[in-house]
Amino acid sequence: MRHVYLDHAATTPLDPRVLEAMLPYLGHACGNPSSFHSVGKEAKDAIEGARARIAAVLHVRAEEIVFTSGGTESDNLAVLGYCRANAAGGKHMVVTAFEHHAVLEAVGHLEKHESFEVTRLLPDREGMISVEQVMEAIRPDTIFVSVMYANNEIGTVQPIGEIGNAIQKSKVKSQKLGKSYPIFHTDACQATGFLDLDVEKLHVDLMTINGSKMYGPKGVGALYVRRGIKLQPLQFGGSQERGIRPGTENVAGIVGMAKALELVQADRSRESARLVALRDKLVAGIRERVPKTRLNGHATNRLPNNANVSFMDIEGEALVLYLDAAGVYVSTGSACASSSLDPSHVILSLGLPFEVAHGSVRFSLGHATTAEDIDYVLDVLPPLVEKLRSISPIRVDEKYFV
Amino acid sequence: MSDVTSKDGSIAWFYSDTVKDHFFHPRNFLTDEEDTSRFNAIGKVGSPACGDELRVWLRVDPETERILEFRWRTFGCGSAIASTSMTSEMVTENGGLTLGEARAIRPQQIMDRLGGLPARKFHCSVLCDKALRDAINDYYRCVGKTDKIVAESARVVDSVANVTDRDIEAAVLDGATTLEAVQARTKVGIGNPGVLPAVEELIRFYIEKYNSNLN
Repeated sequence: MRHVYLDHAATTPLDPRVLEAMLPYLGHACGNPSSFHSVGKEAKDAIEGARARIAAVLHVRAEEIVFTSGGTESDNLAVLGYCRANAAGGKHMVVTAFEHHAVLEAVGHLEKHESFEVTRLLPDREGMISVEQVMEAIRPDTIFVSVMYANNEIGTVQPIGEIGNAIQKSKVKSQKLGKSYPIFHTDACQATGFLDLDVEKLHVDLMTINGSKMYGPKGVGALYVRRGIKLQPLQFGGSQERGIRPGTENVAGIVGMAKALELVQADRSRESARLVALRDKLVAGIRERVPKTRLNGHATNRLPNNANVSFMDIEGEALVLYLDAAGVYVSTGSACASSSLDPSHVILSLGLPFEVAHGSVRFSLGHATTAEDIDYVLDVLPPLVEKLRSISPIRVDEKYFV
Repeated sequence: MSDVTSKDGSIAWFYSDTVKDHFFHPRNFLTDEEDTSRFNAIGKVGSPACGDELRVWLRVDPETERILEFRWRTFGCGSAIASTSMTSEMVTENGGLTLGEARAIRPQQIMDRLGGLPARKFHCSVLCDKALRDAINDYYRCVGKTDKIVAESARVVDSVANVTDRDIEAAVLDGATTLEAVQARTKVGIGNPGVLPAVEELIRFYIEKYNSNLN
């Protein structure tokens, strides 16, 4: 049976070149970077080299990169670390309703337990947030704004540079008046393989990236922290990462993440063009062969590898498992596949009915995806949808989901 | 999601071999082409908005009150489909259960026959016993034996407003026949719109049940 992995937004396989770069630090180069001997120095040099290489891609200073255990920790450190350290300037935050749970639940925690206030911005029906929306939500006591660079479920790409620019302009004005102003965070985990990460163009103050969405290792991430920004640590017990993130460093992981980032960024234009063609072929093929579907998110303003499609009258988990049996690996926004009873908060934030969220399936393409893979999916998918529809009692009207 | 390993231990899957078998080869579901006039009871539970909807069609022998046929359609995840398929076998095997026996079926028995389900799947996806009881009530309603209709015991419909199905029943009996009227009496779903499809479902159920007594 053919195996077609279309779940690269969940995680990517490790690039063999990344593995090669990591191997010495899983083997003989086993020192602790904090040790005062040559074995330790070798490990220390490895993480500082990785830091410099990541900083070069982001066009920032090496000391502005803080290594973490992944995207969730970086998002948590950005939200909790910044807001707790800077609550004297105000206790209001602005986030989008479709942020990753790592941002939403951290923000929710501050709201519930530490008397912060949150404004959650709803996107339009295509999943876009406007600069005006963000600026209108900012109040004199707003200290933190977070807008995801590219969404993990529907792939929509937000105008981060424009939002960052607008916040920076108002910042200059506020400073002249001696007032506080918000800092701007973006979660760029899904963007690393496809979009420009130049912080000078994005005008962000904090940026989350992680290793496992870009053919790097799992369990490692980074937070870009603009110089001068104060964060309160989430854990204690050492001086690593300037005390912001103590604990012995994941040396092999850090080296692997730096290598992965360099590789995907060097190849991103070519790979993006290749995947856009395959992605559009998939979407057009589904539309042609399967009635009653809808593409969730913006038609063009989305990650090259993302197609999120709702199949009406059926439930996403059932389709995921039927596809799994056919060797096609995808994911769903249905409640049944999550740990809660609620379906995808991202699809619901678009103002679409619950049925659309329950029937949503995310196809996320990657390095290994070929035109033959897409042909295979287009062959096996329609009869599986047909079969599940034949045992479903639901017949949703077209006007309900278009 | 907790895994279940296949009998030979070679492949770990999310569901047991029996669940997998019923999910990929569902038994007794009703196709679009079939004539439904031979059925004498219909039951329903859930709504697509809450992630699962089940409908069952029964052919009951009026003499013996045994279930001769149990046909179904399910919108839902793998375990919802498999548990409905399994129930269709449990109800009709060995000449069919009587309506009394069928009413006594509980989710635990269905799950046992399926060889287990991941813990978090149990409450949300084994709903077919409810659809079955709904169909049994429908049968008694259709044949005029209203004394045999049994209402489900109280269950919280909206945990925010702490409203149970009994509260909705009382509101309907009090003359509230629209969602707005029921909300005015119970505050159900206000600030918790996710429950509204299920509430509307209940309102319809009670209106049908008490049709003759309502103005």
